[in-house]
Amino acid sequence: MREHYDVLVVGAGPAGLAAAQAAASRGARVGLLDAQPRAGGQVWRHDVRLPAPRAARRAIDKLQGVEVLVRHSVVAAEPTALRVETPQDSRLLSFGALVLATGARELLLPFPGWTLPGVTGAGGLQALAKQGWPVAGKRVVIAGSGPLLLAAADTLRKHGAQVLGIFEQASADAVRSFAWQLRQWPARAWQAAGLRLRLAGVPYRFGSFVREAVGDDAVRGVEIETPRGVQHVECDLLAAGYGLVPNTELASLLGCALDDADTHPRVQVDSLLRTSVANVHAAGESCGIGGLAVARIEGAMAGLMAIGDTAAASAWMPQRDRERRFDALLARHFTLDPRLRTLADDQTPVCRCEDVRLGALAGFGDARAAKLATRCGMGACQGRICGAALAELGRFPRGAARPPVFPARLATLAGLATLPSDAYRGS
Amino acid sequence: MNGTAATFDLIVVGAGIVGASCADAASAEGMRVAIVEPGPIGGGATAAAMGHLVAMDDDPAELALAHYSLRLWEAFVDLKEAEFSRCGTLWVARNDNELAAAGQRIARLGAAGIDARLVDAAALYELEPELVPGLAGGMLVPREAVVYPPRVANHLVQRAQSRGARLYAGRRAQSLQRGGVLLDDGTRLSGPVLVATGCALPALLPMLPMRARKGHLVITDRYPGLIRHQLLELGYADSAHGDADSSVAFNVQPRPTGQILIGSSREFHANDAGVSPSMVQRMLERSFTFVPRLRELQALRIWTGFRPTTPDGRPYLGAVPGAVDQWVAAGHEGLGVTTAPGSAKLMLDLIQGRRAAIDPAPYSPQRMAA
Ligand SMILES: Cc1cc2nc3c(=O)[nH]c(=O)nc-3n(C[C@H](O)[C@H](O)[C@H](O)COP(=O)(O)OP(=O)(O)OC[C@H]3O[C@@H](n4cnc5c(N)ncnc54)[C@H](O)[C@@H]3O)c2cc1C
Ligand SMILES: Cc1cc2nc3c(=O)[nH]c(=O)nc-3n(C[C@H](O)[C@H](O)[C@H](O)COP(=O)(O)OP(=O)(O)OC[C@H]3O[C@@H](n4cnc5c(N)ncnc54)[C@H](O)[C@@H]3O)c2cc1C
Repeated sequence: MREHYDVLVVGAGPAGLAAAQAAASRGARVGLLDAQPRAGGQVWRHDVRLPAPRAARRAIDKLQGVEVLVRHSVVAAEPTALRVETPQDSRLLSFGALVLATGARELLLPFPGWTLPGVTGAGGLQALAKQGWPVAGKRVVIAGSGPLLLAAADTLRKHGAQVLGIFEQASADAVRSFAWQLRQWPARAWQAAGLRLRLAGVPYRFGSFVREAVGDDAVRGVEIETPRGVQHVECDLLAAGYGLVPNTELASLLGCALDDADTHPRVQVDSLLRTSVANVHAAGESCGIGGLAVARIEGAMAGLMAIGDTAAASAWMPQRDRERRFDALLARHFTLDPRLRTLADDQTPVCRCEDVRLGALAGFGDARAAKLATRCGMGACQGRICGAALAELGRFPRGAARPPVFPARLATLAGLATLPSDAYRGS
Repeated sequence: MNGTAATFDLIVVGAGIVGASCADAASAEGMRVAIVEPGPIGGGATAAAMGHLVAMDDDPAELALAHYSLRLWEAFVDLKEAEFSRCGTLWVARNDNELAAAGQRIARLGAAGIDARLVDAAALYELEPELVPGLAGGMLVPREAVVYPPRVANHLVQRAQSRGARLYAGRRAQSLQRGGVLLDDGTRLSGPVLVATGCALPALLPMLPMRARKGHLVITDRYPGLIRHQLLELGYADSAHGDADSSVAFNVQPRPTGQILIGSSREFHANDAGVSPSMVQRMLERSFTFVPRLRELQALRIWTGFRPTTPDGRPYLGAVPGAVDQWVAAGHEGLGVTTAPGSAKLMLDLIQGRRAAIDPAPYSPQRMAA
């Protein structure tokens, strides 16, 4: 089954929603795909208990003339078509133009105890809470780096968790300077102030990071390195995230060039969000970590580009450039403390899927050689977690992406529904 | 720049499973060995392979080499790095014709000393309950096994190094020269050279024709016990060795991890390493007709590789025609993992001027000089 769309947008976060809306505004047939059961992406992820923010409701509800295809996971790419898995089916959707708005994921770093049950990412625990995973009454330590820690703390508190503290690895000076410079982006400054206000009473500590999570069958406490020495905190959950890394796998399977000047590659785009492949555009956090505002602007631009309206897209350029300047501010102030790279020891697992410990990787200078010899990165996550972590630790850059983008049923890859019409199994 | 070249008793060019086996065998005889490899050890065809240790009986010469090699593989049974798993091979017959043909294959394998048994339909489903109903039976080769080839290659190189072999890692042999080889960084190594560069052979030895035959493989998540034997269709040999431009065959393997590895496809004239969705589709459809349950399983990864293929399907094992102190071991197509240990022994016998355990004549590169 091959179906054609003038424009396909992958990812229904803020960037994808804006792109789809812009592209559909002139009557093009637009499909908006997301693997998740609801539109919204990371920041506007559906919350089972709390109402969506007004901006999210507006962006999602005002979609007009867009076919919203949720539970549509893009698993492989052909030059002008995407292989998509739905809960039962395999679909091949061809496109005239494509917008990649695949967002970002959390950077997790290995430290002793990081694979204990009860240890998650910061955004990861936030997402679980929104999906209804019970956190009420749980004592939570939030650690890592970046503004996402505050957003996670806010969500967790709204779901009844007891947030014992937010431990930011960046120094107090760095965070103060960041807050000061945020004045240049009043909307962001306002948002941040609101968060801080809601989190009044939750300790927010700087220059502090988790050295170790302790517990036998699950995390029971954490050892925190602070400017005033090591502190032990008993807790039920540890949510630790060290920032975000762009999702570039689909772009790379499509042949789009990646910008790998930094530790973590991002999709390379020009000032009008064109990738190196004709008719393929990219927007939002897959092109660099900059947050909500830039995702929405870039989404609108990329949607306009996808229907060939270069003039209208160009009008957004000054605003986009302004917002993108925030990226550098964020990166500069939340640079990771080099000590974080030394926490994992030889016995610390790095590849959870294949249970490979850091010590096994001694002597390997590239991801592929290490993978062939140790299975590191061969598992279900395709090296998304350990690959980014090892790059951050300065071992080697991540290996090349291989299809499928996400694990997919064999039937999907064969272009078939999971169950044939004449079901072969009685039950 | 390079005053005097380092001198060796044997310079092995290429550290796939074949070169690694040769380096290991040579160092075991006390030779001073150099190994030249530009990429990861075993990172060529060896990394792409299924790692099925299997005897094919359609060519008596290949059968002799495979049988010889399978005996040598027994030394790896307990080696952790080999991930040796004696799952056996179960060849599946769709109908009575194929089952009858299996009878002849059993006789040929038996004559070569390989235990193979006829399996009726009832026994077939007992061995593999997930096979589609309606098959006629099959042929079981119980002692065949699977290994993890790149780690074996790595182990062999390390073993050679522990005996003093010198690894020129990240270096490519640029050209063969009288009495040695020139590396891409200008280093000159002197001594007899053994070229084991697989598909890349023509770059160094253009007179020995070699084609790359592309293959795709798909690996799944873990489903321990779902499939217990390496499964192939008895019609395999026809599709695998026919000269058709592209073909697929049912070829499914249980990894010791519980993962399932699904092959196989064969294509000439496909030179880029990209995954071809249509080949994957054909290959998977073929596998579903034998094991319908596969449809539901989660695929983790698809990759491709290139089999080094000679015009007559036999590897080149022997002296380079018209050259002095130049040897070649390459062109093992889809059986190079299986036949690497025997190939290495044979090469060492030839290099040392000993009588070989099997007749080397069918593999002589001389056949191309005629
Ligand atoms: C875990 C997490 C939590 C976050 N929480 C917050 C927060 O609370 N507040 C905040 O301001 N920022 C948060 N962020 C930052 C957030 O990424 C940005 O603010 C913003 O959501 C980026 O928008 P985007 O449209 O670029 O990407 P995203 O919002 O990340 O949307 C990308 C979408 O693409 C989909 N997708 C990706 N690949 C495929 C595929 N192959 N097939 C189908 N669908 C695909 C994903 O399912 C996702 O819905 C969070 C980030 C992460 C990783
Ligand atoms: C999809 C697939 C499945 C397979 N399944 C099986 C199976 O189940 N069982 C089986 O027995 N066989 C199988 N094979 C076949 C097997 O993989 C090959 O026959 C075998 O790996 C060949 O080994 P090799 O060492 O000759 O080649 P390679 O592994 O390709 O090694 C050649 C090496 O030479 C190096 N090289 C190249 N040029 C130079 C140079 N100028 N200087 C120095 N080094 C150089 C390369 O970097 C490479 O590492 C399969 C092959 C494929 C593609």
